[in-house]
Amino acid sequence: MASETEPNGIELTPQQLKSRRQRNVAIGLAVGFFILLIYVVTIAKLGPGVMNRPL
Amino acid sequence: MSYIGESRSIAPALTGSEANPSDYIALLKPRVMSLVIFTALTGILLAPQGVNPVIGFASLLAIAVGAGASGALNMWYEADIDAIMSRTRKRPIPSGRVTAEEALGFGLTLAFLSVITLGVVANWLAAALLAFTIFFYVVIYTMWLKRSTPQNIVIGGAAGAFPPIVAYAAVTGDISLSSIVLFAIIFLWTPPHFWALALVKSEDYRRAGVPMMPNVKGASHTRLEILLYSLVLAPAGVLPWILGFASIAYGLLAIVLGGAFIVFAVRVYRVRAGGEADRCAKSLFGFSILYLFLLFAEIVIERSFSLGLALLARLGG
Repeated sequence: MASETEPNGIELTPQQLKSRRQRNVAIGLAVGFFILLIYVVTIAKLGPGVMNRPL
Repeated sequence: MSYIGESRSIAPALTGSEANPSDYIALLKPRVMSLVIFTALTGILLAPQGVNPVIGFASLLAIAVGAGASGALNMWYEADIDAIMSRTRKRPIPSGRVTAEEALGFGLTLAFLSVITLGVVANWLAAALLAFTIFFYVVIYTMWLKRSTPQNIVIGGAAGAFPPIVAYAAVTGDISLSSIVLFAIIFLWTPPHFWALALVKSEDYRRAGVPMMPNVKGASHTRLEILLYSLVLAPAGVLPWILGFASIAYGLLAIVLGGAFIVFAVRVYRVRAGGEADRCAKSLFGFSILYLFLLFAEIVIERSFSLGLALLARLGG
C-alpha cells in the first residue's frame, strides 16, 4: 500500500488520461458486443424450440 | 515501502500510454482483414445447403478477428524490421504509441478468443483450421520463413489462402474441392502480387535484411518467376467454372482477367530499366488486387443471387 508521503504511482498527463478513457470505452463496447453476439448465437442455435417447453 | 514505488524503480518503461483505440485497430491490419473477410465470405456462400445468417456472420467475425490477431502478433515480432522500412515505420510499435508487450498480449488474447468463439459458434474443425492458420502465419511465416528464404511469401502465402477453407468448414463441418480451389487461386496469386511490390521496394527490403526474391536471386529472375506464376494462375482462376461451382459469366470474366494478368506480367518481364520498369511493376501490383477482388466478387454475387432465389422459392412454396 502506498503511504500519503510517497508518490501515488504514475501521474498521467491529460493526453494519457484521455487516451485511457477512450481505450476503456472501446473495451466496454467490445465486451458488450461480444456478450450480445453470444446471446444471439445461442438463440439462433436453439431455434424456435426454445419457446416450446413446459413452464 | 510502496509496491508502486518498487515497480517504478524496476520498470522505467511504466510511464502510461497515449495509445488510442485506433492504434489497436491498426495492429489488426484492417486492409488485410478486409481481404480475409471477403475471401471467407466467398467460402461461406459456397456451402451447398445455405447457412443460418447469424451463424455465418459470427463465423465470419471470428475468422476476421483471428486474422487481425495474426496481424498484431506479426507486428509484435517484426517491430525491428518495421522501424527500418519506409512502408511500415509509422505502425503503432515502431512509432512508440504501443509497446511490443502490449501488442503481444493483445494478439494472443484475440487469437485465443477467436478460435474458442469459432469452435463454440460453428464447429471444432473450423476452429482447429483457424488456429493452424494463425500458427502458420505467425510462427512458420513471420518467425521462420520471412527472414530465412526468398520463398518466404510463396509458402507463407498459404496462410492468406486458408480463410475460404476455414469459412467453408465453419458452415458445413467439412472441406470440399471448391474451397480448395479458392485456396489454390489465392496461393498462386500471392507470389506475383508481392514480388511486383518487392521489385519497387527492393532497397527497403535489402536495408531491413529481408531476403525477398529481388534481393537474393535478382530482379531478372524475379520477373521470370512472376511471369511463370501468372501463367499458372490464369488457368487456375477459371477452375471454379470448369468444376461447376461458378457460372459461365464467371468463366469468361476469369479468362479475360487472367489474360490481362499475363499481359501485365509480360510487361514487367520485358521492361527492365528506369522509371518505366517501376511503373510496370506498380501496375501489376495494382491490377493483381483488382483481379482477385473481381473474381471473388463475381462468386459472391452469383451465390447470393442463387441463395436469394432459393429463399424466395421456399417462402413462395
